[in-house]
Amino acid sequence: MTDQLLDIEDLHVSFSTRRGTVEAVRGVTLTVAKGEMLGLVGESGSGKSVTGFATTRLLDAAGRVTGGKIMFRGQDVTKLRGDDLRQLQGAAMSMIFQNPRAALNPIRAIGLQIADAILTHKKISKDAARAEALELLRAVQIRDPETRMNAYPHELSGGMCQRVMIAIAISCNPSLLIADEPTTGLDVTTQKVVMDLLADIAAARGMATILITHDLGLAARYCRRIAVMERGRIVEEADPKTLFSAPQHAYTKRLVAASPTATSRIEDLVTEEEREGYAAVLGKPRHEPAYGTPPLLEVRQLAKRFDEGSAAVADFSMTMAGGESVGLVGESGSGKSTTSRMICRLIDPSEGDIVFDGQSIGHIASRDFHKSPLRKDIQMVFQDPNESLNPRFTAYDCIAHPLLRLDGMRAGDALRKRVEECAERVGLPLDLLSRFPHQLSGGQKARVGIARAIACRPRLLVLDEPTAALDVSVQAVVLQLLDRLRRENDIALLFVSHDLNVVRMLCDRTIVLRNGGIVEQGESRALFDNPKTDYTRKLVEAIPHIDTGKLLAAAV
Amino acid sequence: MLSYILRRIVSTLPVMAIVALFVFSLLYIAPGDPAVVIAGDQASPEDVERIRQSLGLDRPFLIQFGSWVWRILHGDLGTSIFTNLPVSAMIGQRLGPTLSLMSVTLLLTIVIAVPLGVVAAWKAGSFIDRAIMAFAVFGFSLPVFVVGYVLAYVFALELEWLPVQGYTPITEGFWPWLQNLILPAVALGCVYIALIARITRATMLEVLQQDYIRTARAKGLGQGGILFIHALKNAAVPIVTVIGIGIALLIGGAVVTESVFAIPGLGRLTIDAILRRDYPVIQGIVLLFSFVYVLVNLMIDVVYTLVDPRIRY
Repeated sequence: MTDQLLDIEDLHVSFSTRRGTVEAVRGVTLTVAKGEMLGLVGESGSGKSVTGFATTRLLDAAGRVTGGKIMFRGQDVTKLRGDDLRQLQGAAMSMIFQNPRAALNPIRAIGLQIADAILTHKKISKDAARAEALELLRAVQIRDPETRMNAYPHELSGGMCQRVMIAIAISCNPSLLIADEPTTGLDVTTQKVVMDLLADIAAARGMATILITHDLGLAARYCRRIAVMERGRIVEEADPKTLFSAPQHAYTKRLVAASPTATSRIEDLVTEEEREGYAAVLGKPRHEPAYGTPPLLEVRQLAKRFDEGSAAVADFSMTMAGGESVGLVGESGSGKSTTSRMICRLIDPSEGDIVFDGQSIGHIASRDFHKSPLRKDIQMVFQDPNESLNPRFTAYDCIAHPLLRLDGMRAGDALRKRVEECAERVGLPLDLLSRFPHQLSGGQKARVGIARAIACRPRLLVLDEPTAALDVSVQAVVLQLLDRLRRENDIALLFVSHDLNVVRMLCDRTIVLRNGGIVEQGESRALFDNPKTDYTRKLVEAIPHIDTGKLLAAAV
Repeated sequence: MLSYILRRIVSTLPVMAIVALFVFSLLYIAPGDPAVVIAGDQASPEDVERIRQSLGLDRPFLIQFGSWVWRILHGDLGTSIFTNLPVSAMIGQRLGPTLSLMSVTLLLTIVIAVPLGVVAAWKAGSFIDRAIMAFAVFGFSLPVFVVGYVLAYVFALELEWLPVQGYTPITEGFWPWLQNLILPAVALGCVYIALIARITRATMLEVLQQDYIRTARAKGLGQGGILFIHALKNAAVPIVTVIGIGIALLIGGAVVTESVFAIPGLGRLTIDAILRRDYPVIQGIVLLFSFVYVLVNLMIDVVYTLVDPRIRY
């Protein structure tokens, strides 16, 4: 066929590790037509990125193509060497990466970084390359491009850095662009802007694009065809509509179920067999506090100003009842993490007060709060379970630590019993307790983090993006776990997240923050279904939904 | 940038003041009466009294310190007790050989060590990498005087390629000057080549793992461009730091090397002065070395800001 651009045939890629060879890609067959945008979807470890890296020949030294062919415009990419390969890289095919700020050289002006790519492939003068770089910055819609040419990555936002990456990638008009999780870690609104830009550029220049992502909704919004990968194989390939309305493969079914949508409920996220035991707690009515009971948490006109500049948070007030769950949403820089940390008493507020269970705690210095008897009542679950667990602590030590420090327990049978009880409550198999974080999977680490937080039986749990680093299927299980803990133990949850779909499911009420102030708040479903402010509406609209109805309309 | 450098220069003043106080106190830190110590074993009480008078040791400490500082600020480092020559003149005479030795060593070190480290990191795990690292361990373990004598024996005595010892000023020609410095510089530089090669390798290995190196590869850049334009400059801060520390260590190493190769430099002057208890000379030399060290640190900090735009003061 003439319009076939890329033809991957039975690709195998292995990595040699200390524990032997690991086969990351096991027989992937895939085609991409000219100008097409293909979605390659899967969870971490599915081999989707490795497939991308093998195609652009950017595999680590440890990775090796052990079988199959990657035919690109009639030549087998896997056989190219030296100059032949470099003529292809960055020219005929290019790639953009996750975490754009890390993908740019921190000490080289961005104009030069774009010019690097041009000068590598075109025989033109430095001035001409600079002029082209400037033109590209305009193409990716960077404001004030003349000044930005001399800017360094740390002076730009994440979204801007990704635009620069796109500028580099398209600088030599490639016929294939591979985008590896291009918007993971960006705000939903930024994600939409960047993806729209990418889609427009690809369409205008007739570039074929492979969008590698873990987000089914994102792939559904931008791709006509989606390939689902699991454990190194493509298990299903279809157009989005078919994929979501009638998934064939068991894994696709699970993935589709686990992806939160505008209407899904927590209990929908997992398949039938995983659901048992959950229904029982669902039925349990919420423990309604007696009339006149003071709220568990009352925050009054909280503000935080850092050394210089404007307030990160200003005039923030809220109340929470015991066992209630409240979502705190907003883009990065909206002050949601700062607020949650103040409430958690990890940083000191500049103004205002925090009253917990009738006691004012806003004026206790954060470095002294660990001495307060309320420390064990307010606990936190952090964003990245990989970063927030001490690598030298076993799971057991990690869960036992707060019990030793805050509950005054001593090492012994009683402690072991408490730790095991916590592990059981979060569904962590007891034989994993002796393992170190690097020996645990992402989901298991998240459970350890939650077990640690609930060890001292807190009454308020502050969660800062607890599922952002997790795969959707793991996220589904963790969300269920959190909801169950809340219902069983009346733990109040303050849930900080940028993922509105998740907040909608988990939280009774939602507070929308912007530039450190509250924009809107109310009952979650009502708030998202009928946003009262433009800002909330923009946030809601930016979420890529798996919305088969809309797609159908577009196809007709 | 200029204001930053000025601010840094001003901030070195208190450091220099503390150094001066310490250097001046050297005389008093040594046990016993300074005058007796300086006069030596065979001195008569009259000799001791004469020395006490001439050095002003009979006056209060702070007054002595004040007048000493005052003289130094006017460029007067005092007079040698042994030769009766001005200390500044004695140092001036010996400065040339030492500066020559240090700069040739430094240049040689950087030119050899950095590329070795880069290649080792690039070919990490290969035979070349292991060979370079084995050489580095070797260079680390050998004392300067051993390397010095072995080099002198092989290249000067046996092969007769280079002179055994001595020093020729650069005013008498570049080649004669360099000829005399090659062996001492290699001997002195061995440890630093090993050290800097190792640091370069370690930092480069880390930098080569970074996402932006993958981006550079994705652009189709050649290996040279990736290693030297994108990676090495990012690895520069730790390397420059170690080179700076190396300069300070070189001062110490120069003392031994100058003895081995009979170079009439500051190192030899230092040893002679210590053996003769010639305090004014010792003080002058320590003060000079401290000043050089402070200056090198200042230069390193300035280089940081040139290399990394994220560093702002």
